[in-house]
Amino acid sequence: MLAYIIRRIFVLIPTLLGVSILVFLMLHLTPGDPAELLMGERASEEALQEIREHLGLNKPLYEQYGLFLKQLMQGDLGETIWTRQKVWIEVKQRFPATIELSIVALFISCFAGMILGIISATKQYSIFDYLSMLGALVGVSMPIFWLGLVFMLIFALNLGWLPMSGRLTVGVELETITNLYILDAIITRNWAALRDALWHIIMPAVTLSTIPTAIVARMTRSAMLEVLRQDYIKTAKAKGLSQFIVIFKHALRNALIPVVTTIGLQFGVLLGGAILTETIFAWPGVGKWMYDAVMQRDYMVIRSGTLFIATIFVLINLCVDVLYAVINPRISVK
Amino acid sequence: MRHLLEVKDLEVKFALWFGELTAIDGISFTLDRGERLGIVGESGAGKSVTGFAIINLISKPGYISAGQILFEGQELNRLPEDEMRSIRGNRISMIFQDPMMTLNPVLTIGTQMIETVLAHENVSKSEAVDIALDKLKKVHIPSPEKRIHQYPHECSGGMRQRIVVAIALLTNPALIIADEPTTALDVTIQAEIMDLLLELCESEKMGLILITHDLGVVSQITEKVIVMYAGKIVESGATQSVVQDPKHPYTRGLLKAIPGIIPPGSRLYQIPGMMPNLTEIPQGCSFHPRCTISESICSTEVPALISKDQHHRMVACHMVK
Repeated sequence: MLAYIIRRIFVLIPTLLGVSILVFLMLHLTPGDPAELLMGERASEEALQEIREHLGLNKPLYEQYGLFLKQLMQGDLGETIWTRQKVWIEVKQRFPATIELSIVALFISCFAGMILGIISATKQYSIFDYLSMLGALVGVSMPIFWLGLVFMLIFALNLGWLPMSGRLTVGVELETITNLYILDAIITRNWAALRDALWHIIMPAVTLSTIPTAIVARMTRSAMLEVLRQDYIKTAKAKGLSQFIVIFKHALRNALIPVVTTIGLQFGVLLGGAILTETIFAWPGVGKWMYDAVMQRDYMVIRSGTLFIATIFVLINLCVDVLYAVINPRISVK
Repeated sequence: MRHLLEVKDLEVKFALWFGELTAIDGISFTLDRGERLGIVGESGAGKSVTGFAIINLISKPGYISAGQILFEGQELNRLPEDEMRSIRGNRISMIFQDPMMTLNPVLTIGTQMIETVLAHENVSKSEAVDIALDKLKKVHIPSPEKRIHQYPHECSGGMRQRIVVAIALLTNPALIIADEPTTALDVTIQAEIMDLLLELCESEKMGLILITHDLGVVSQITEKVIVMYAGKIVESGATQSVVQDPKHPYTRGLLKAIPGIIPPGSRLYQIPGMMPNLTEIPQGCSFHPRCTISESICSTEVPALISKDQHHRMVACHMVK
């Protein structure tokens, strides 16, 4: 198993190199002078020259890329253009916020999606099945920025049940260790902060999870229907096992194989969707940061953000492959 | 003496959007303890549905619309689901056709065996393991201690079918229903599995219902046979007398269709035509369009299943005297 994982990690290297090349070239493939792109059209010649010197834009491309890679290896992501701050500092702050949001959203979509899918499959063509699949269709089709605004209107503005935006109410003390607030609150046993953090995350997480929930539900339903037709399900029933064991032990484990793949891919969608959700709910994560960077044309930030999201996506896929081998004994890990 | 299993006027229907289809049209038979019965017919004759009806596992939209299934004095088709479940896989075991498909690919053989024991018997897990090992030995599986940690895909087809048989034996059932147990296997493995079933039925005093299209296999294993066509019994009796002296033209056709050693170049025999679809069962005797000796009465009146000689032989045919 360990050998399999190590081998998979080695396969990641070319993928990540490819991503780094794309991200690096982003600045150079845009038409025009990169320095001008960065500084804007009305920048003075001295300012342009200065940024060229500063970022090494006057060197040959391969040398620039080599430098970029070298800095990456050292964990140096460069500086933001506008604040001249180390990008790394921002990433450390913002990345956990995005991860926290995505993980909570992923939990919601796995849980809700799988439950809906299982019930729909076992009660195929029932009212519940029709309603949940209709709901799934609506869920996939809903633009999340619109849904987020509707949630805000109802639950924050009209009903006042949930906070409008942000991660934590101003004034709530929380000692940050990992910057995942929920985890930090649990580690420091700060229950007031935990409650507050959960309160803040519900709305953005639910908004973010709608599309993946719908996709997971539909995938689980079709995978379960496929598996429930199999002969080994007949065998399991003929052995006198209870409905519960037949569904959760015999059917679900087989149905999970395609579902896990879907869930892994959905995590990537979540990270992408986080840009919209974070912007709406003023969630201080990578998504909001990248949105701001795009608006300010801060290429350095966009570059780091893209690189980070791509890396996470690739790592998630690695986890999916490993999980796959765990669930499906027919995949040889040798 | 009471029969182990008594099926009386069983009728199974499938409720579809355009109406109901009758898959099993009033069949009756009995089976005593330790007795072996063959159910023979082409695909679509209703053999498998009969098997599933006995353990009340007909998949929707099928249902038992009439008749009785009495097993060890209990009326199975009226039992509540949880009581029925305690009989399934316990007193009555079922063996299915394709061992590649009937074992769950993601669970080890041990898991699939132990869960059956634990579902029916009040034993500890280690006792259940011992029972599983014992049954694997009974079906002649070498090194069962190793096998129970393996997954189905690590075993060959014949091995898997032995494992399926071992699972069926776990709770010492009184009756095994084997639905085409060897159809998916090589001829040599087929013979092995059949010998094994016969040996086990005799040593464990189990009743066996062997569902197959192969009269050859039936004649080697069973004592009684019923021949089904389009949901009805067309002929039944002691296996030897049916095989040696078939009365119904359909049975005769089936026997003729068993390939023997024939001169090269000559054609194999086949019954002309196809089993009718359930939606278009012919009037009168449902076999008459394919029958070589049919007369006008056959297309209007349904022949009754009546005794034609003194050896409990029953035949449903106007033309057999």
